[in-house]
Amino acid sequence: MRHACLALLLSLVTGVVQAFEIEESRRYPAPGGTELRILSTADADVFEPIIAAFQALHPIPITYDVASSAQVMTALYDENATYDLAISSAMDLQTKLANDGLAQRYSSDATAALPPWAKWRDRVFAFTQEPAVLVLNAQAFEALDIPKNREGLIALLRDHPQVFDGRVGTYDVRVSGLGYLFATQDSRNTESFWRLTEVMGRLNTRLYCCSGEMINAVAHGELALAYNVLGSYAQARLQDTPGIVIVEMDDFVSVMLRTAVIPQTAEAPQAAGLMIDFLAAMRLRPDLATATGLPPVVSGAGEDENVIRPIRLGPGLLVFLDRLRRDTFLRSWVSSIEQE
Amino acid sequence: MTRTPSSIRRRLVVQLALVAALLSVAFFFALRVVAERATEATQDNILAASATSIADAVYTDAGVVRVEIPYSALSMLGTVSEDRVFYHVILDGQTLTGYDDLPVPEVRGAGRDPRFGTYLYRDDTVRAVVVRRALNAADRIHRVEVVVAQTRLGLAAISSRITTTATAIGVVFFLTATALSSFAAQNALAPLSRLAEAVRRRGPRDLRPVTAETPTELAPLVGGLNGFIARLRSALTRSEDLIVEAAHRVRTPLATVRTQAEMVHLQMEKPENRTALRQMIRAVDESSRSAGQLLDHAMVTLRSDQLETEEIDPAELLRDAVDRLSPTADLKDITITRDLPDSALRVQGDAILLQNAVRNILDNAIKYSPADTEIAVRLIPGPSCRLEICDQGRGFVAEDVAQMPERFSRGSNVEDVVGSGLGLTIVRDVAEAHCGALEIAPNERGPGACVTLVLPCS
Repeated sequence: MRHACLALLLSLVTGVVQAFEIEESRRYPAPGGTELRILSTADADVFEPIIAAFQALHPIPITYDVASSAQVMTALYDENATYDLAISSAMDLQTKLANDGLAQRYSSDATAALPPWAKWRDRVFAFTQEPAVLVLNAQAFEALDIPKNREGLIALLRDHPQVFDGRVGTYDVRVSGLGYLFATQDSRNTESFWRLTEVMGRLNTRLYCCSGEMINAVAHGELALAYNVLGSYAQARLQDTPGIVIVEMDDFVSVMLRTAVIPQTAEAPQAAGLMIDFLAAMRLRPDLATATGLPPVVSGAGEDENVIRPIRLGPGLLVFLDRLRRDTFLRSWVSSIEQE
Repeated sequence: MTRTPSSIRRRLVVQLALVAALLSVAFFFALRVVAERATEATQDNILAASATSIADAVYTDAGVVRVEIPYSALSMLGTVSEDRVFYHVILDGQTLTGYDDLPVPEVRGAGRDPRFGTYLYRDDTVRAVVVRRALNAADRIHRVEVVVAQTRLGLAAISSRITTTATAIGVVFFLTATALSSFAAQNALAPLSRLAEAVRRRGPRDLRPVTAETPTELAPLVGGLNGFIARLRSALTRSEDLIVEAAHRVRTPLATVRTQAEMVHLQMEKPENRTALRQMIRAVDESSRSAGQLLDHAMVTLRSDQLETEEIDPAELLRDAVDRLSPTADLKDITITRDLPDSALRVQGDAILLQNAVRNILDNAIKYSPADTEIAVRLIPGPSCRLEICDQGRGFVAEDVAQMPERFSRGSNVEDVVGSGLGLTIVRDVAEAHCGALEIAPNERGPGACVTLVLPCS
């Protein structure tokens, strides 16, 4: 068993297995109660307003550790690290935690009010829905039509190699869990994905680990466009970053659900439950959505408009975590994107 | 402990309810078994489809066996329920990919058909399927086994829903069946109730055969009952006939004997002979009177079966009786006072019977009154007419009153007076035949008693 997990994680982390890495750790002291330890992929700056609002209701001391989604998985799946709440944008890894029995069951009135697609097995709870979008540099597109869908994007890239050569960015799916999730969902949803990857490979596409860097690069004009950027981050940067344009594709939009699980190792599951209730009810706090830029889960969304496709929580997500499947996918992707 | 009488209806309802309960329980289990089999089969089918699609996705790439698990293989398992899903792809006994500690379900025999098993894995009961496949790569035959397992929480949820539904249906079925069987029992027993009611409503002297429509099951009972009634009627008729016949046959010779005795009495000169003859005449009178009353009684009994009713003025009835018996009363110097209001009262009744009854009361009063007294005849109107005759005689002994109207029952204080003990019996029978009553009470205005015939009137 352990070997399989290790093997799986080896391929995920692409490095030597060691103690998981924490990028940032913040402490929010409060007078009462057991400390709530959160391990999250969301930047501390982004999440801070939520913690402040939560502590106003429940004065519980909170430790907020930031790690990449792969590191979150390493911590919980492999090293049995003690955390009370794991918040991650990697829906597939969160689902695997719940499927493999490493998440605690939790239910309350607040989670019952969540739409059915926003939770799985009463163990994985989604609290945001964040689309993958195309971010453009307005200056670069002064003379060009803004593409409406992937076919349009392919045509545009083919027709104007002089504009886009070396100026296209996307996630390095070998490094970014979220990038891998978006790419695999794209490959499932459209035939154009592989053609698009080919075209992007021919244009010497630059690969990034994170949405933030891609947005910066687009804003500075290093990139003319970035594909599959996390829309919520782009939206948050829209005001202080002039010159970027956000485009939602009209063929389909993959929507990532940011999810929270209570790990089996949690020592303060009650406090974690309170935080899940708070997150699940975030649609009732538009001030927080504005402050964090995280669009809360709204029931009904994603079901009426078939263009918007929230990635479905469930065993289907385990498929792309399969070692061989991942190998195959990455091989195809690498051979398409690196054509030298 | 008192035993409640047994009831056909209750027995029928209880037994039908028991049958319904039995059927409900059987239905409950049958439904559960069938539904759970179906659900299990559904889960098995999905598991098999999932494993088969994974097995089909095993391929060789440059002599290396690989598998590209189709997205639908696992996502289809997540469509029905939120169960945990595990898979394990084994190539020649070595894990190719998946959960390498997921056991292969133990099944007998080989073959390509999916084999199923249930076991405990990672703290949950899982249903597992194994699909086998052979593959040719680099001139070698490889054996691939694909195991897909799923927890059974969704199944348990469906099963509990089925149980709830089956229970609800069973209870509803039972209640409906019980209500219907109660209704059916009532319906089936309705002819019996009708028959019982028809028999119960009969007057005490109604000896007509039962003609109510009866179901075949009750025909023997009704036949028996009618036969019994017929025998009873003929027995009664025979005995009444006998009495009538006997009375007639006795009275006529007695009259002859009395006439002869009186003639002889006139010719006799010796006082002792005359005394003996007077005693003889008195005995003949007694016998004759008895015979007469027996005759009256028999007649009353016969006529009350089939009353010939007409409108009768009760005042006229009393006046007539007083007129007839005045000569007898005069012999004892008894005065009869009449208090008959001249109202238009009417009684529905048989004239001959009512005359007979009134005459018997008055006759009794005269017979038991001492000489030189008064008899009051009154008619008191009301919702029921009261025909009251009060004498100043010796009255009734209180203990006798209840037995008085019985046949041949006589007061304990009247042994010196000739009497048959039938007079008040006749009066009572007539009263009852007319839905009335006979009342015996002490005279409130002096010595003696009041005998009242109460009749419904308009």
